[in-house]
Formats: sequence, C-alpha cells, structure tokens
Amino acid sequence: MLELKNISYLVDEQSTTKEIIRDVSFKVDERFVAITGPNGGGKSTIAKIVAGIVKPTSGRIIFDGTDITDMNITERARLGISYAFQQPVRFKGITVKDLIKLAAGNEKGNVDICGVLSEVGLCAKDYINREVNASLSGGELKRIEIAMILARGTKFSIFDEPEAGIDLWSFQSLIKVFEKMYERTNGSILIISHQERILDIADRIVVIANGEVSAEGKKEDILPELLAGTAACPALTEKMK
Amino acid sequence: MDQIQKTLLEEIAGLHEVPQGAYNIRVNGGLESRNTTENIDIVTKTDVSGIDIYFKPGTKKESVHIPVLLSQTGLKETVYNDFHVGDDCDITIIAGCGIHNGGDRDSEHSGIHSFYIGKNCHVRYVEKHYGSGEGTGERIMNPTTNLELGENSTLEMEMVQIKGVDSTIRTTNGVVGKNGSLTIKESIMTHGHQTAESHFRVEMNGEKSHVNLVSRSVARDESKQLFCSEIVGNAECTGHSECDGIIMDHSSVSAEPQLTANCIDAELIHEAAIGKIAGEQLTKLMTLGLTEQEAEEQIINGFLK
Repeated sequence: MLELKNISYLVDEQSTTKEIIRDVSFKVDERFVAITGPNGGGKSTIAKIVAGIVKPTSGRIIFDGTDITDMNITERARLGISYAFQQPVRFKGITVKDLIKLAAGNEKGNVDICGVLSEVGLCAKDYINREVNASLSGGELKRIEIAMILARGTKFSIFDEPEAGIDLWSFQSLIKVFEKMYERTNGSILIISHQERILDIADRIVVIANGEVSAEGKKEDILPELLAGTAACPALTEKMK
Repeated sequence: MDQIQKTLLEEIAGLHEVPQGAYNIRVNGGLESRNTTENIDIVTKTDVSGIDIYFKPGTKKESVHIPVLLSQTGLKETVYNDFHVGDDCDITIIAGCGIHNGGDRDSEHSGIHSFYIGKNCHVRYVEKHYGSGEGTGERIMNPTTNLELGENSTLEMEMVQIKGVDSTIRTTNGVVGKNGSLTIKESIMTHGHQTAESHFRVEMNGEKSHVNLVSRSVARDESKQLFCSEIVGNAECTGHSECDGIIMDHSSVSAEPQLTANCIDAELIHEAAIGKIAGEQLTKLMTLGLTEQEAEEQIINGFLK
C-alpha cells in the first residue's frame, strides 16, 4: 500500500544543517500499523511527508505502486490519502456539517453526517451546525477530525496522536472507534500513538527515535520490548514498590 | 423593471418577482411599486426624498421589503427612510441597494435610515449592498443608520456588502434603552481599488442594555478598509464588539475600536484580529482533496457567512 524508501529530511538551522529524518524506510501493507517513539523523534514529520505537507530532501514515497514523491497535498488526497492532524484546525464560520461534506467531497449532502458523528460519540443534533471554532473543546475537535477521516472513507488514513488532549472517558470510546475501524477497513491505517491500548490493536509497530527507525516488527515482538523499556526507570520502580 | 433591474433585485433581496406583504421598490430615483398592509403603512415624504414606514403596535410576523435599484449612470440621490415601529411588534425589514453602472459617470446612493422602535419589540433588519456593470463610473453607497431602541426591545441587524461597491462610508449611530438588546453583524468584502469604511457609535443609556457588534471583513487586491467602533456604557450594561479581518494580496485593513464606560456597572469588551488566511486552514482543506484556490474560497465563504 505505502512504502517509504530512504526518506531524509534536512533543515538549515542557524548555519548548520539538522537532520530531522535520516534514511527512513518502511512499508505499510497491513491493515493497522502504529508508529511510536519519543517526543521530537520525527513521527509527525513522517506523517506530514506522507500527506505531502513536508517535502523530503531525498528518498521516494510509493503509494499503491505509484511514485507520489512529487505530488502535492491535493493530488495525494485525491489518490486516497487522509490525514488527521495532531492539532485540529479551527475555522471561523465553517460548521461541522460543512467540513464533513467537504471531507466526503459531496456538495449534495449525501454523506451520512449523523452516522460518522455517532461513530466518534457525538450527537449530530448538537453538533452539525456548530462552528468549528474556539467554542469547541480539544476533545470535541479531535473527534470531529476523526469523523472527517471516516467521511472521506479513503483506502489509506493517517492519524497523528488521536489520543492527545482527550480525557480519560473520551479515550475509552476513542479506542472503540479504532477497534471498529480495524474491523472494517479495506485499506491501511497508519497511526502515531504513545498509548499501549492503541499500539495493542496494531499488526505492526515502527519505532522512530532521533529521526531514524530504531525498531520495527510485529506487534507481538515490539510491544513487550517497549513496555519493558518504560518500566525500567529505577526511581519509578523503587517508588512503586 | 428591465432585466438588469430584476437581476439587481435578486442579488440584494433574493426576489424573483414582487414580494409578499408590504413593499416599496424604488428604481432610478422614483417609485416603481408599493404595497401596504393593514398593519404596515408606507407614506412618501413631502419635504425630502424618501418614505415613512409605520408599523402598528402589536404587528406580528410581518415583513416589509424596501429595495433600491439604480441602473442609470450618473444618478446621485440621498433618500430618507424612517421606520416607526409601535410597541409589541415582531417584524422583519429587508432593505438593500443594488447599483448597476454601465457608463462613465459615478452613481451614488446615500440611504439615511432612522429607526424609532417602541417597547417590547423584536425587529430583524437585513441589508445587502451590491454593485455591477462594466462602466468606468464608480458605484458609491454611503448609508447612515440611526437607531433608537426602546425598553425591552431587540434589534438584530445583518448588513452585507460582498461585491461591486467601489466606495462606501457606512455610519451607524444607536441608542439602546432599558433592557434593550442590539446585535449588529456586518460582512464586507472589497476588491480591486475599492474602499470601505464603517463607523459605529452605540450608546447604552438604559439599565441592563446590551450591544453585540461583530464585523467580519475580507480585503483583496489593492482595496482599503477602515473599521471604527465606539461603544459607550452610560448605565449598567454589557457591550461587546469584535472586528475580524482577513487581509489578502496588497490590501490594507485598519481597526480603531473604542470603549467608554461612564458607569461602574458597565462591562465592555472589544476583540480585534487582522491577518492573512492561516496556512494550516488551507493545508487542512487541501488534505480533504480541495485545491488551494478552492480551500481559500471555502474559508472566505465561511468567514463571511
């Protein structure tokens, strides 16, 4: 479905060149692949490179057999790539209904707005005419962001930390959204997450640290290593005794 | 009415033919047609150009259309329209002005609207300004609105100028009485070398009076806009004004908000923001499959809606 081949991304910072992403290669063929790793490691940059928001300095991106490296954001979106932002964007005057219709690419309103909002735990009656502005909470915006991806129904979807900024109660229902999505998807989902319960749904996990792939493999192999790693802080282990 | 005038009427009032209920259609400086109802009377002024519109006390769920159309180049007019709204009314007023200038001389309409609104009323006022025509003559509109809002009355005003007006100076002066509530929503878009100025001054004289003034504007090309608002709280009251501008190309937008509290219980707030379209908004809509231009249109349409 998606292949990153030797992707590097360099930026010039105060007369030195910094490598944000260094020679990253991996494939997404399974239904559900998770990217995890420390903050600042380059995960979101990889998502943006796939969506076309950031242009890599070198390397190629192959999507369904087509080289999309030189395509812009719109072209990639039309080929079937969706991207749920880590920080959803607010729009003055644009309503939830407007955005979901735009996402569905359907001016006539044939999209099941109620259906997609219900999937993310929002009642359409309360939300369709709300403006996607600062009056919505972070958790509500995140759900609307996910609903847009559901409305698009493309073969490839990227979610960038969907759990960030979501309260505990919402998190429980969020997990259910992804579990359902896993059951139904006809394509692939790439999800950036720190949450064990999300990683646990994944078929494969790619660990990105310092701009590189530091580990990659089946969930069964990678997740136990990650969990062992997080439990290894001696101070915490001591205090938790 | 000819085809040009019909098009103007549709643009400013969404009307394909004469409206239901009371109306007064003014075309090229003269009366085209008029209808009155049992509760709404329209009388031509004798001292100056214009009309007096009388709403009987207790008039409910009725509307009046008062469109003004200019299609003759070089025509300049000042028109006085006074609205006398009796107590306990619930009414809608649909005003608007369309100028089609196909010639080389300036066309100008200055509408001076005065509202005298009694007690316990709910009034909705909708005004749309529109210009068209290929001529080099300018299309100029300088509306002045004077408001007196009585006790327990609510006035909601929606004023829109999206296209084709070369130069406008919009002046609104209001006085709000006890428990009165005034809401003004203004949407303006300017293109080319157009200029638009809005001047608002609202005095809240009655206890528990309220004003909410929201202006959204988009300036494109080389156009220039100025927004001035002054809210004066002379009693226990709440006032909020908001000026939100999107600036594009080589345009210029200025905001000069002013708040004056003359009473310890006056609570006044102003918010102003001017800037270009946020890059992340464009990016988001492009990830939904829109081109950059389509994304820009959606953002502006939503913003001015």
